[in-house]
Amino acid sequence: MSSYNRRHVLKASAALAGASALGFPAIVRAQASTIKIGHLVPLTGFLGAIGSYAQLGVKLAAEEINAAGGIMGRKIDLISEDSVNPATAANKAQRMIEQDGAVVLLGEISSASALTIMQVAERNKKVFFSTGARSDALRGKNCNRYSFHCDIPNTVMVNAVGTALNQKGLVKGKKFVTLTADYIFGHDLLKAAKSFFAANDANLIGDELIATDVTDFSPYLLKIRQAKPDVVCCNLAGNQVTNLVKQYAEFGFPYPLVGFNLNTGDAWAAGAGNLSGFWPTVWYHTLDNPASKAFVANFTKKYGKPPENHAWIEYVTLKLLAQAITDTKSTETEALIAHFEKQTQFDIMKTRKGYFRTWDHQLVQEAYPFTVKAKADMKDQWDMLVLGDTVPVASAPLESIYPNKEQNPCTMKV
Amino acid sequence: MQIVFLLEQVVNGLVLGGYYLLIALGLSLIFSVGGVVNLAHGAFYALGAYISVQLTGYIGFGPAVVISPFLVALLGILFERYLLRRFYAADPILGLLVTFGLAMIVEQMIRIIWGAPPISAIMPQALKGSIIIGDFLFSQYRLILLAVVVLVLLGLWLLLHKTSFGRVVRAGIQRPDMVAVLGIRLQPYMTTIVMLGVGMAALGGALFAPITVVHPAMGADVLIVAFVVVVIGGLGSFWGVVIAALLVGVVRGVTIHFLPAAGEASIYILMFLVLIIRPRGLLGERIEKFE
Repeated sequence: MSSYNRRHVLKASAALAGASALGFPAIVRAQASTIKIGHLVPLTGFLGAIGSYAQLGVKLAAEEINAAGGIMGRKIDLISEDSVNPATAANKAQRMIEQDGAVVLLGEISSASALTIMQVAERNKKVFFSTGARSDALRGKNCNRYSFHCDIPNTVMVNAVGTALNQKGLVKGKKFVTLTADYIFGHDLLKAAKSFFAANDANLIGDELIATDVTDFSPYLLKIRQAKPDVVCCNLAGNQVTNLVKQYAEFGFPYPLVGFNLNTGDAWAAGAGNLSGFWPTVWYHTLDNPASKAFVANFTKKYGKPPENHAWIEYVTLKLLAQAITDTKSTETEALIAHFEKQTQFDIMKTRKGYFRTWDHQLVQEAYPFTVKAKADMKDQWDMLVLGDTVPVASAPLESIYPNKEQNPCTMKV
Repeated sequence: MQIVFLLEQVVNGLVLGGYYLLIALGLSLIFSVGGVVNLAHGAFYALGAYISVQLTGYIGFGPAVVISPFLVALLGILFERYLLRRFYAADPILGLLVTFGLAMIVEQMIRIIWGAPPISAIMPQALKGSIIIGDFLFSQYRLILLAVVVLVLLGLWLLLHKTSFGRVVRAGIQRPDMVAVLGIRLQPYMTTIVMLGVGMAALGGALFAPITVVHPAMGADVLIVAFVVVVIGGLGSFWGVVIAALLVGVVRGVTIHFLPAAGEASIYILMFLVLIIRPRGLLGERIEKFE
């Protein structure tokens, strides 16, 4: 037994010596010419499931860019890690800039973690693309000129679903109960929801703040029944949406369940026959345009499943960043900010192109309300959503669904 | 009406407690007999859920829920014979480390086999919905779950208290040296206990899969609550764990009714209070080998 072990140790050290003689110099050589990009998403916890899609998307983009010869001949070196929680996310972001030499940061889904990374970006004067965080406050009172926001903000999600709900007569005079995630994202979403209810004569008769580690919703479901609402509204995030949707179907309540936030990955996890109602989304793999179809085909071929909306946003973000570096011939922060603040337009696999708005760095783009396909009509387990009419309608300017300068208190320090 | 609402939460909490019980009982038994805190217990719970979801595609929901725990129990035999057995007499920290390592390995294996995103698990349409008995509303599915838990509990109690197998196990908890002197090898008993314990955890996973998110780290979520239940109930006590599980379910439900923000914290506060008053847990026995 012990000689076996010793032999192994010998072999391992020989291998290590070989690697240090041959492998390491190659890595050092490569380092000089790569563009290092720090990537953080939650891979564990209640947002971990959708985070794993995000990671697949950004990796596919990096591989495609590198296979095509990189950016101006320099390969992308993507340093991708689990952001874990706001404090760890900030520490890792700082380390990626300071020690690993990342020139740009991107990623995140949790609004709380995105906020701490935004502060790191500002302190170190590096650009950060917040790809999946939706809290209005990030592009509002907490905005800074180093941070760019790719996902739609809470207000837009509320507007997207709200329009569809209004059309169905599910708002005016109706009694609502909301279940809200108890952190910055949820608080923010509840605020947007409340102003929507107030503006549309809906009556909020109960709202429950829910800790992000809750997995059993039965006590809350009992409280919902006791309140006897007309509509139940879910303002949760990640795994918790899936849990609620499954348990809501389990209890089989008659009140329609709608929500102001949902990611496709969480809908897929809920499974056919569990989800119903009206929800918002930012992108779906059935969108009918050439860029989207090509991306879906490549992603599906590589990973054996279609991309989720976080895979899409991360893919698109890295591609538009690569384009920006190519156009400006620079990875310098000021050059990149100037490029994006010109409101340069990007193909983001939607009918209309998107652009980062100069004064709050929000990626202005279309959004969609959706309903759920009947189980019998689904082609496969991912063919779950029926997209409603794009918001805003083609005749209205894209910015009409985004908070304007009066509503959004963003002022950037230069 | 207020009192009815409160009672409804109490009853719902009892049902939820039943589910905690499935996981906590095995954990308690394995620790009581073997002296190893099985940090891989949650991993077996997750395996139970995944295997059951996988089998549902081939043989339907009912058979899958029955067969999945059996398969996991068989894995439990291997786990006990080739891993756990080496650590009964060892420093407890080694047992913690090895089972923690195993939990991570299983979680990664699940990622490799089934992928990192959650997989969808649905229950047959017929089991959905709730029934109203008097003033109380019950999820139909959870009532079935409760019935299964009661049957398992009854079976386990009979096994431990009415059979010669149970007598040896209970003697082994208190005086393993005496059992050895009487010429009884405890090892096969331990194999059976581990098999039963992880099988129950897997049953919990299989039953809960349709109403929770089936994802690779699901075991870690449930393990913490199971620990709280075991600590509150007290080691070596069958009924202690039963009472603790029900108590945890009820305290959580009632707290959410009055003070939702404290819902998840309430069970830890309960544990804290119980430990101050009774350091060995509610019905914990004095176990000489652990003193």
